[in-house]
Amino acid sequence: MSKTKEVWVFIEQEQGHVATVSLELLTKAQELAEKLGSRVCGLLMGSEIENLPDLVIHHGADKVFVIDHPELAIYRTLPYARVAIQLVKEHEPYIFLLGATPIGRDLAPRIASACKAGLTADCTALEIGDLERRDQSYTDLLYQIRPAFGGNIMATIVNPEMHPQMATVREGVMMLGKPDPSRHGERVSFEPQFEDSDFVLEVLERSIQPPTIDLKSASIIVSGGAGIGSKENFKLLYELAEALGGEVAGSRAAVDAGYIPEEQQVGQTGVTVRPRLYIAVGISGAVQHRAGMDQSNKIIAINKDPNAPIFEIADYKIVGDLNTVVPELIRIVKEGAELGEIHA
Amino acid sequence: MAYKCVVLVKQVPDTANITGQAMKEDGTVNRAALPAIFNPDDLNALEMALSVKDEYGGQVTVLTMGPLRASEVLRESLYRGADRVILLSDRKFAGSDTLATSYALKCAVEKIGNYDLVFCGRQAIDGDTAQVGPQVAEKLNLPQITYAETIQSLENKVIIVERVFPRGREVVRCTLPCLLTVVGTANRPRPPKADRLFSFKLAAIPQEYSKLLEKWPEFETKEALDQYLDERGLKITVWDGSDIQIDYNRVGLNASPTKVTKVESIILQSEESKDFDANREGMEALVQELVAEYTI
Repeated sequence: MSKTKEVWVFIEQEQGHVATVSLELLTKAQELAEKLGSRVCGLLMGSEIENLPDLVIHHGADKVFVIDHPELAIYRTLPYARVAIQLVKEHEPYIFLLGATPIGRDLAPRIASACKAGLTADCTALEIGDLERRDQSYTDLLYQIRPAFGGNIMATIVNPEMHPQMATVREGVMMLGKPDPSRHGERVSFEPQFEDSDFVLEVLERSIQPPTIDLKSASIIVSGGAGIGSKENFKLLYELAEALGGEVAGSRAAVDAGYIPEEQQVGQTGVTVRPRLYIAVGISGAVQHRAGMDQSNKIIAINKDPNAPIFEIADYKIVGDLNTVVPELIRIVKEGAELGEIHA
Repeated sequence: MAYKCVVLVKQVPDTANITGQAMKEDGTVNRAALPAIFNPDDLNALEMALSVKDEYGGQVTVLTMGPLRASEVLRESLYRGADRVILLSDRKFAGSDTLATSYALKCAVEKIGNYDLVFCGRQAIDGDTAQVGPQVAEKLNLPQITYAETIQSLENKVIIVERVFPRGREVVRCTLPCLLTVVGTANRPRPPKADRLFSFKLAAIPQEYSKLLEKWPEFETKEALDQYLDERGLKITVWDGSDIQIDYNRVGLNASPTKVTKVESIILQSEESKDFDANREGMEALVQELVAEYTI
């Protein structure tokens, strides 16, 4: 059982670039550690990463474990898991957060399994709270909140006894705080003890592209769901987005149907966005989707089903056929832009 | 050379098609109103295992953990080409989270034994955690290849696999045995074969015998039916915890570190909302409003 109540964050880096989600988690970890009266600790692995610990400290870490080793240059499950498991068993952190990236989702369950810890995937909120359960009371637990059951309900999950309390969070869900260059922290080097079996897998090729569309910083988003009906119809949304100077996104149903690529998915299992204007077209509005967009400043919902849950959070509601409504909107916005009334 | 493959599959509620009827008035989900389906990614995992067998020979064993009605996904696996299917079912497994589930599956895979490749779907649609595959790998002390899309080569117990991510790809080489979690874009699962459907539609677990006897009264006794099915390879193996030498302290709700403390349907309500007609006048009024408040 953890004595120090430390909050750990796995710092994901690739070729010297730290993943944004790791920095967002440091911001959240700082808030949690403050409530617990404890410290934030970053777990930084890689090769030739001597310039990175400062960044981790500036973003909120009080301590950084630095594991700099040639075998850690490219992420591989077994060597990374070996190091993390050794450190978790030795230091017994209270909370351990990882990004819900392909790497985080590969590594976190491996660590949780070896350390017999509970792990909650894709949390949309993390809080500290107390719990009464079976005549036992627990204080200062991590409330891990996530949509469940296909995103139709919201569940709060706790790990009362088996620690660390582990959770993954997607990029863009937590707010990214400003770095503070005056912050100081402790660097702790660690020499890993590998075994030959850790290197049974070899990476022959790896190519990762930078994101092409930055939904998180878009101020206007036009988003479509299953109700769009076809990839062809999605072109209308691109046209409207272009007229408004916005980006196009979609719900999970739109991604599953192949209408748009996965990186444009808004929702619990996609990106969380907070634009000035969010136009939801043909989206029914399951919790899974709403979790990713309900903090938008203004929401327009266009849906032919008057009972669609998306209308519960919409500022402007239009019940009707998108094939009539969207072309009208495009025409009016384009005219307005020509007359100089709309500064898209 | 031939490869021995084990595929882990799950029966899940069809969460993608939740309609109004599936939600109760208090906002909770009425599980009984949801159809149970073969988890989509697990069909891709089964297809990958079957194509390994097609190309190199070997055997495909499908294992599922769940209630007795999960026998349905095992019959479906037989229709598609599985050689052997096993249902892992025990009331004491109820409430298991991913950690406890992966322990039970590990014990069952060890009992199957002598495997070269373990296949899982990338994730199940009812939880979306993608945790059980890597946790089973850890417990079996196997390397894991998550997000597997294509087997590029398989020779002398060395596999080369292409992995895909939302924004990239990776090619890895690994010595068997290993565990793969397979993505939905990996392949197009073959449909059930007509001849196999005909052969295996009678396949049953012993707990289904009373139901079958109502349909085929000519068997008269469960023993007679059991003998008939067993002789034709139609008796589906059911294992409980004791069959796989499980430590019951490590399964079920009590052994699961994660506990759900609160479930709620979120009633989100915007402060005030305005309706606009779905016509030209309505859209003009909407755009005017957006311009007036500097939203666009």
